[in-house]
Amino acid sequence: MNTPFRAPGHGRVDRGTTLSFTFDGIAHTGHPGDTLASALLADGVHHVAHGIRYGRPRGVLAAGAEEPNALVQIEFPFPEPMLTATTVELYEGLVARGLSGQGRLSGEPDTARYDTVHAHCDVLVVGAGPAGLAATLAAARTGARVVLVDELPEPGGSLLGSQEPLDGAPAMEWVGAVLAELAEHADVRVLRRTTAFGHYDDGLVLALEKRTDHLGAAAPAHVSRQRIWRIRSRQVVYATGAYERPIAFDNNDRPGIMLAGSARTYLNRFGVLPGTRAVVFTTNDSAYPAALELADAGVRIAAVADVREEVPEHWRSACAERGIAVRAGHVVTGTSGIERVTRAHVAPFGAGRLGERHGVDCDLLLVSGGWNPAVALFSQARGTLRYDAGIGAFVPAGAPGGVRTAGAAGGTFTLAGCLADGVAAAGQALSALGRTVPETALPVTGPLPHGAPARVLWRVPSPRDGREDQDGTLQFVDLQRDATVSDVLRATGAGLRSVEHVKRYTTIGTAHDQGRTSGVMTSGIVAEALGVDVAELGTTRFRPPAVPVSFAALAGRNRGELFDPVRVTALHPWHVEHGALFENVGQWKRPWYYPRAGETIEEAVQRECRAARTGVAMMDGSTLGKINVQGPDAGVLLDRLYTNLMSTLKVGRVRYGVMCGVDGMAIDDGTVIRVAEQEFLLTTTTGNAARVLEWMEEWLQTEWPGLRVHLTSVTEHWVTIPLVGPRSREVLALVAPDLDVSNDAFPFMSWQDTTVAGVAARVCRISFSGELAYEVNVPAWYGITVWEALHAAGDAFSITTYGTETMHVLRAEKAYPIIGQDTDGTVTPQDLGMSWVVSKKKPDFVGKRSFARAENLREDRKQLVGLLPADEHVLLPEGAQIIATSDIPAPPVPMLGHVTSSYRSDALRRTFALALVRSGTRRIGETLYVPLDGRTVPVTVTDPVLFDKEGARRDG
Amino acid sequence: MTVETPVRFSPLAAWQDTLAQLPTGIRVRELPHLTQLTLRAEPGSTAVRAVAACLGVPLPGPVRAELSGDVEVLWMGPDEWLLVAPDGRADDLLARLRSAVGEEFATVTDVSAQRTTLALSGPLVRSVLAQGCAVDLDSRVTPAGSCPTTLLAQAPVTLVVHDDAPAPDVRLLVRASFAAYLAAWLVDACTEHR
Repeated sequence: MNTPFRAPGHGRVDRGTTLSFTFDGIAHTGHPGDTLASALLADGVHHVAHGIRYGRPRGVLAAGAEEPNALVQIEFPFPEPMLTATTVELYEGLVARGLSGQGRLSGEPDTARYDTVHAHCDVLVVGAGPAGLAATLAAARTGARVVLVDELPEPGGSLLGSQEPLDGAPAMEWVGAVLAELAEHADVRVLRRTTAFGHYDDGLVLALEKRTDHLGAAAPAHVSRQRIWRIRSRQVVYATGAYERPIAFDNNDRPGIMLAGSARTYLNRFGVLPGTRAVVFTTNDSAYPAALELADAGVRIAAVADVREEVPEHWRSACAERGIAVRAGHVVTGTSGIERVTRAHVAPFGAGRLGERHGVDCDLLLVSGGWNPAVALFSQARGTLRYDAGIGAFVPAGAPGGVRTAGAAGGTFTLAGCLADGVAAAGQALSALGRTVPETALPVTGPLPHGAPARVLWRVPSPRDGREDQDGTLQFVDLQRDATVSDVLRATGAGLRSVEHVKRYTTIGTAHDQGRTSGVMTSGIVAEALGVDVAELGTTRFRPPAVPVSFAALAGRNRGELFDPVRVTALHPWHVEHGALFENVGQWKRPWYYPRAGETIEEAVQRECRAARTGVAMMDGSTLGKINVQGPDAGVLLDRLYTNLMSTLKVGRVRYGVMCGVDGMAIDDGTVIRVAEQEFLLTTTTGNAARVLEWMEEWLQTEWPGLRVHLTSVTEHWVTIPLVGPRSREVLALVAPDLDVSNDAFPFMSWQDTTVAGVAARVCRISFSGELAYEVNVPAWYGITVWEALHAAGDAFSITTYGTETMHVLRAEKAYPIIGQDTDGTVTPQDLGMSWVVSKKKPDFVGKRSFARAENLREDRKQLVGLLPADEHVLLPEGAQIIATSDIPAPPVPMLGHVTSSYRSDALRRTFALALVRSGTRRIGETLYVPLDGRTVPVTVTDPVLFDKEGARRDG
Repeated sequence: MTVETPVRFSPLAAWQDTLAQLPTGIRVRELPHLTQLTLRAEPGSTAVRAVAACLGVPLPGPVRAELSGDVEVLWMGPDEWLLVAPDGRADDLLARLRSAVGEEFATVTDVSAQRTTLALSGPLVRSVLAQGCAVDLDSRVTPAGSCPTTLLAQAPVTLVVHDDAPAPDVRLLVRASFAAYLAAWLVDACTEHR
């Protein structure tokens, strides 16, 4: 393979294996260990994308997550947008293309697995560079539980990209020895390809592990592609390193312009020469090793422009040895080239003025404006930052409890310093946990050349700057957002003084890279424009996620059938087997109706209703909430929480009750049975079971702790089967031989314990339909047995199973309200026409005081009424508005109320509705109108009870 | 007419075969129809002492289970315990406990069919549970006798550590309506270990 840009003897890629991939429709090759970016650079491809606003060619600026330019869309094996070429590991068959800012999500479902794992540790170390490895090793040796996460496939961090030796040998040998020792510790977990992206309260750190992305189409289907780690750590060490900072100058966005340290990484980690003839532009010493190592690998360094007047002798002579011209006190003012940089314009820059510039031909321009500690996660953890004028960057100032930085993340930039800092950080973390770190021998680093301080330079004046104004239209600050110095100046010119406001005005720092290369530069340029100190101006706030995280990863396994728990009753298998369609009620699946072959929902529901009104029918009512109330003061508690009197209920009897909030509005209803002198069992609506228990516990625990009452949820202990219809008594008699089912022996609103189908059961005579009805309760294990026995016994009567839709029709014909459907939290029992359920005798109960409020006594409150459409076939939509006139007046249209329930009634042989209507009770008999499909439908207001007003049917 | 014993179905009866096919390293089976009673009483009260004497074991403190007697006692809240006994003990236990409590204030409620129990054992148990349980299940943190009530995935569970050996034995008590969801979740969580 002809790969002219691979440097022999450099890099950690496996050159014995060749991987084929396609980029922008052109076939390329690379090697295991490459990123997409390194493989492209090795093939001489620099122009990989276009700017989002101006469409200018863009290249690879960096070698890691800070990359602002090289956004790519993966097309194969699975479409994925907006990845950085610098972080996509190369695999066989990869197909990708460069993006102009925006990619596309796949229309196909993603079949890969994603999952989540919880982890716990004493010390979490983020970053496996020299500081992180030293910290991990020190912590591991104390026997602590340690988790080390690192975003790269291979630990080593900055050591991967440099030639600095440790103990006189290549540094990666030391890394290998550390990893081998860590592997011996059972309580140490090293997670590669794992990026911490969020720091939350109580030491919770979220990290994204890319487990099989790098395998491409060969990824095994049963292994999750990505995993979210939820790591709860007592102590956290952020050894996250530092990002190199570019400098703003004219046309600083061309392909071939690269951060100096990144070029060094391409050489040493990937064996890639990012160019043949380079110009280096620096403000500090760190670019010199890059220049020298590249020169030694065969790159011609045409010039080093160092903005500083004084260049340390060590670097000056090392350059001289290699024939590299060092131009002290010089800057790059601009570049030439379209698809790739062809020339750097270099000029003297003394006393803030540009001298005469001249061009230096090059195909690579390396830039170093200094280093910004990677403090995003430390800052998320509420660590405070301070501006360090010496390095022109924000560094950690105050660390919150349990969190600290180590190494370059804390502003320590020497290898020896990073190693020592890692051990020190581990020591602080462990001593906070009461452990002592033993003396940890550190590897010996190479001699440290005598250096010189960096000079802080955010922006090189543009030759285009006018006498009064600075131009900056070609000086890019945020390469991804295509935001320039002139955009920043426009923001400050508009009066913005805060970097947060400038960020939002310019969009700088809002792209995928979170402004890693642009944020601090923006602060610097704003400070210069406003004539204030960067230290006072500060930087923008860091928020999670620190790196882009896909929704698929966040969702993990909570999709498909596991998206949300599906709660089912013990009878569910029977319903499924018998063709029920289901309705979601909260997390419950409830049978909606049981269609026969060819039946529409209307036909099925009419049939089910007819069976309940004329024969016998049964349903699954098990989801009703059930709360056992026991204790000497049980009656007292219920008297205070229900609007009516419960303590007078006799053992063996049942009473309907309504609960109101303190505002007097109905919040739940149900039945209460007195099981024994000191024991009641109450039911709640399905959706309110947990809420009502909490409501009752709250009153009991916070207001009336003296009451001797205990509450126990028994919702799921019981299966509840309403047996409904004029023939229900006969069916029950067949399966409950010991029970005297006569009306005298077993009257309405009473209950009896008996045996049903051989099972100890509690049978209540209550009705939610107005028909003669029973409710059979048995322990859930016996549910199917008893259900099938009832069904078999009812066979002779053509017993019919029915679902929630029929239940709603039956109850609405009788105007039994559904709390939450016919009410909305603003409806009193009186509004529902149920003044009878509100006790006049009880001294007090929750809500009582509110009933005396003038607002609650108004006669023009909305009240529950029935509506009969003039056309008996018209089904009003639930939620439809009600108005007074047949013509819709000009807006605002006075609304009298709305439809809360609307059905076709088999019993009434027509449609009907329930509605909340202003002064509804007084309007009974009036004609009102419902706007519907561009016309209005006349409706007659009626008493809400539309069927069997006299209640003649309840005893059969 | 012969009187047949009525048939009972546990919430995970239909899952037996699927659970039996989980990978080596984790065994999951339902322990159906266990007797379960909710006891509510004021800690330190005469009633609590009476219950403890009746059961022959002390009532455990927060997040602990007393597993040494024939009736296991799980702490469920500051004044709530769940008593777990073999199948068929509910009536007898209810009677004995109510008699022991006498005129003191403590209440016992039969909730046997409310929850079912899953027994998990094998070396993979912790890594499978770590996919959905935020509690640190390391044996040094959550040893045998621990009984946190928590979420596993999105299902409320009470997790009882019976044995914290390298291959632990953990019981999950889950409301019957959530049992199928939890079983499906557990089976899916084992995917990677197949």
